[in-house]
Amino acid sequence: MARMKFLCDADRCIDCNACVTACKNENEVPWGINRRRVITINDGKPGERSVSMACMHCTDAPCAAVCPVSCIFATDDGVVLHSKDLCIGCGYCFYACPFGAPQYPKVGNFGSRGKMDKCTYCAGGGGTEVSGSLEEYKKYGANRLAQGKLPLCAEMCSTKSLLAGDGEIIAEIYKERVLKRGYGSGAWGWMTAYKEGIAS
Amino acid sequence: MRLPSLKLVAAVFALTLAIPAIAQQRAADGAAAPDANAVKEQQLLQQESRIEGRIDIPDTRARVLIQPAGRRWDYFHEITLHRVGAVVILGMLALLGLAFLILGRQRISAGRSGKKITRFSAFERFSHWLTAVSFVLLGLTGLNITFGKIVLLPLMGESAFSDLAQLAKYVHNFVSFAFILGLILIVALWIKDNIPRQVDIDWLKQGGGFVKGKHAPAGRFNAGEKAVFWCALAAGAAVSVSGLLLLFPFFGTNIATMQVAQVVHALIAVLFVALILAHIYIGTLGMEGAFEAMGTGEVDVNWAKEHHDLWFVEKQAQQGLGPSSATSIK
Repeated sequence: MARMKFLCDADRCIDCNACVTACKNENEVPWGINRRRVITINDGKPGERSVSMACMHCTDAPCAAVCPVSCIFATDDGVVLHSKDLCIGCGYCFYACPFGAPQYPKVGNFGSRGKMDKCTYCAGGGGTEVSGSLEEYKKYGANRLAQGKLPLCAEMCSTKSLLAGDGEIIAEIYKERVLKRGYGSGAWGWMTAYKEGIAS
Repeated sequence: MRLPSLKLVAAVFALTLAIPAIAQQRAADGAAAPDANAVKEQQLLQQESRIEGRIDIPDTRARVLIQPAGRRWDYFHEITLHRVGAVVILGMLALLGLAFLILGRQRISAGRSGKKITRFSAFERFSHWLTAVSFVLLGLTGLNITFGKIVLLPLMGESAFSDLAQLAKYVHNFVSFAFILGLILIVALWIKDNIPRQVDIDWLKQGGGFVKGKHAPAGRFNAGEKAVFWCALAAGAAVSVSGLLLLFPFFGTNIATMQVAQVVHALIAVLFVALILAHIYIGTLGMEGAFEAMGTGEVDVNWAKEHHDLWFVEKQAQQGLGPSSATSIK
């Protein structure tokens, strides 16, 4: 069984935001929520880098650990999913997430955040809905993984900066790139998410 | 010919050392290497606890890229808080159970006189019970969000437990205002009788009421009650402020400060629950004649003489001479 991961090669990301748009469109993400976003560090300065970030589907996901109703879990593929039927909108996952992935449809005063929404790795939802059904699509977005496809953000990336797939394979691709071009600023977020870096 | 100065030699030597370092930042064709100044994740994280940048979407809060502190908060919430909470609360219950077994219920030593004296007015009792009922609701719903998934989830099943937790969350969020109001009322009503005095030091020296048959003099509130008052005020203020910060996300806070607020809220709250468990024990099971002070507002005269002798004398004087000429014996 593959261990699905994301990898953003910051030396290739051009801040085009196609991944953000692809995600919003493919999953019909509600207004105000961006499951994926691109952040530019040291903007306008020499050595600036852009990184596309979403839920990293962490190893020992902190969101899943802190959830008071245990509605967040990892699938056999290592994809972190949740059930919107069980979510109580307490905001704990959002305190615990190192990547700002969990978001809510409302601002959330008095705990009225609504059901948490986050990147599902285009793998549908963690509720009781039938995989690939319309109900699942409406609640969680596309289930491309069930159709043998990878998340659309990575599939659409014009510079192939954003990679999705089996962690070992995408790490190997990144290592080859670093070797060939002679430099690499590292796989952003991997130490925090997967407790391992990629030796380059 | 003069020898080149030492300074010049040093400068040339430094330059020969620097050349390879400059060369490393250049590619084979002599152009500057594309990663010469590139920001590095680990380097940034060493400088600061989180990495921020610029973002194109209007949600500026999303410009935080990585904040590894989430993992530390996860550890606090799942390991530290569970351990501290269990030890503090179960420990206090064990202690109180032990106190009941060893000391038993403390009787009024002179027996009941049958005569009553007013200890708390109706408004004082209202303020107390407003705070008390809201505290119990807040305590139970708060414990549910921390321990519910360990204790109740396996018993109830995920769907029913989720409904309960959702309800508990709203109860917790809205009853909090009743608690804050009650706390303000209690403080306004009782702060002047809770100011520590010389008699409290003597009370503590004599071991208060715990050493049987030897009751230290006390005013309206003894040193133990005063300690509970000030602890409740401090803990109540801390949970109220941290709770309000969590109730209004991003009003002067960010994720990092909300993590801190949650840590303060949870740690103070478990200590507060333990303190109030002791308070409930002494007010009900632990001591005969204590509960009626907050129940009906009237206590037995013999109970008042035994536990609050100075207050009793003062109260007698007030009733005998009229409130205008009452002299303070505190």
